[in-house]
Amino acid sequence: MKPLLEVRAVTMRFGGLVALSDLSFNVAPGHAHGIIGPNGAGKTTAFNVITGIYAPTQGDVLFHGESVAGCRPSAIAHRGIARTFQNIRLFRDLTVLDNVRIACDAHARYSWPGAMIQLPSARQAEKETIGRCTDLLEKFGLGNEIHERAGDLPYGSQRRLEIARAMALQPSLLLLDEPAAGMNSAETLNLVEFLGWLRDHFSVTMLLIEHHMQLVMTFCDRITVLDFGKTIAEGTADEVRKNPEVIEAYLGQEDGHE
Amino acid sequence: MTRWLQHPPPRGVLLALLAAGLAACFAIEQFGLVDDYVRFVLITLGINIILCVSLNLVNGWMGEFSVGHAGFMALGAYLSACVSVKWLSWGDPLWMFPLAVIGGGLMAGAVGFLLGLLSFKTRGDYLAIITLAFLMIVKSGIENIPYVGGPRGFLGIDNHTTLLWTAVWTVLTLWTIRNLVYSRFGRGIVAVREDEIAANAMGVDTRKAKLTAFVVSSFFGGVAGALFAHQLQFINPSVFDIVKSTEILVMVYLGGVGSLAGSILGATAFTFLSQALQPLGTWRMVILPLILVLLMIFRPRGIMGMREFSWFVPRREFPKKEDKK
Repeated sequence: MKPLLEVRAVTMRFGGLVALSDLSFNVAPGHAHGIIGPNGAGKTTAFNVITGIYAPTQGDVLFHGESVAGCRPSAIAHRGIARTFQNIRLFRDLTVLDNVRIACDAHARYSWPGAMIQLPSARQAEKETIGRCTDLLEKFGLGNEIHERAGDLPYGSQRRLEIARAMALQPSLLLLDEPAAGMNSAETLNLVEFLGWLRDHFSVTMLLIEHHMQLVMTFCDRITVLDFGKTIAEGTADEVRKNPEVIEAYLGQEDGHE
Repeated sequence: MTRWLQHPPPRGVLLALLAAGLAACFAIEQFGLVDDYVRFVLITLGINIILCVSLNLVNGWMGEFSVGHAGFMALGAYLSACVSVKWLSWGDPLWMFPLAVIGGGLMAGAVGFLLGLLSFKTRGDYLAIITLAFLMIVKSGIENIPYVGGPRGFLGIDNHTTLLWTAVWTVLTLWTIRNLVYSRFGRGIVAVREDEIAANAMGVDTRKAKLTAFVVSSFFGGVAGALFAHQLQFINPSVFDIVKSTEILVMVYLGGVGSLAGSILGATAFTFLSQALQPLGTWRMVILPLILVLLMIFRPRGIMGMREFSWFVPRREFPKKEDKK
């Protein structure tokens, strides 16, 4: 099967710091692909390169077989890569509906002069957007909070809203940066269920960064392990778990006898 | 954005009020119902509303800090004066004056586009400094063009700014900016203010959003300048200085950022207050800034900051009434 996303030999340098060095991995369509690795391994940098926040120093990123490296983030979003952020980045002062609408607007096609003089087509498109976003929010269990300020929602709902907002882009690839951050084990279990529902319901391919091993091992079809900006292992949960390099990266090298 | 969502606008009432207001303006012009001073203040009020709501697009909805609005006003004022005095002076004011006003707006909008390009790389304080530099460039630029009178000013402009024209332009400005704000472009502009990185990741072309905000804002700044020139009949580069910009800023932050109702409120309060304080002479320039200082301390977003009067909100934005059986 042709991969949906191909990261090809990407190197990302910030001055003297090498955040990613020669990183490569593929994400197959329909898979839930996990990225794990110790802190500072370059996981979020990889996300930022894929979504266009950084242009890679070297290497290429292909989505649907086309290069997206160096494209503007908004252009990449329009092609169908949506993401969430490690420390939730909602539009806090806006309503829940507006948060989702801003992403959904990527699919509206009316001009700004048309909007300014309220052409019927622009008004129609606006109404359709509201309808579509309301439906989406109801699916995500936020139907009663549509007109609440996003920053006023409880933490768990904010996480859910951020994913709903990403899904409003109707992406084919969803990038989740530590979706379980700040959750206890019961909440994490719910999250696994929620992610499963998300994958089946929207048939979206997922790429997720997560520190919560249980979540990654049970949910992901394939796992890439990063350390110091390099892939040190890749495979299914079982393969990764047995890999000596992974154990070394997480637990440290066995000291020589003295 | 918090709104008064409980009360959808009564259908037609706003339109009826609008028609009545325009009719009143027409009647005042036609039959001379009020004296010249009141008429002058009312026209100033209209111009101030246009200035306030257009600057609010950049400073309120987009959350940048531009101090260059008087510069756009100057561009609109001078270009429209050229049209009405030098280029099309033979024309009937009925079509020539709107053309001059639109010309002034387009001139300002074109320069606003350039300033928008600069806002791609700079934000916050640095962009504020750029707009300040822009203001100085415009002022000294005009001072060095003998064609428009240089530092002596532009004389002999006819009084074309009637109350009716002012009212029409004010309503047009409010209506188009309201439509823009409640469209995908307006949400893009607000998203830039809220979180530029997230906005980009959610498919908002933040460059286009910034350009739209700057072009529309400066266009209407130019329109206000054109009306201003044809109200005073004499313009001078030193009128469009940082003090003028500050006055517009006071209106925006007094009324409330990111709000149409706030813009109207701020402009109205400022216009009447500065007239009422006229007898105090120089002390006026002590009291007005003092109000701004107190406001920043106790109500930093202005009286109506981020809130909107429900009549200005499109009907589709209100929650649908739950079906009761």
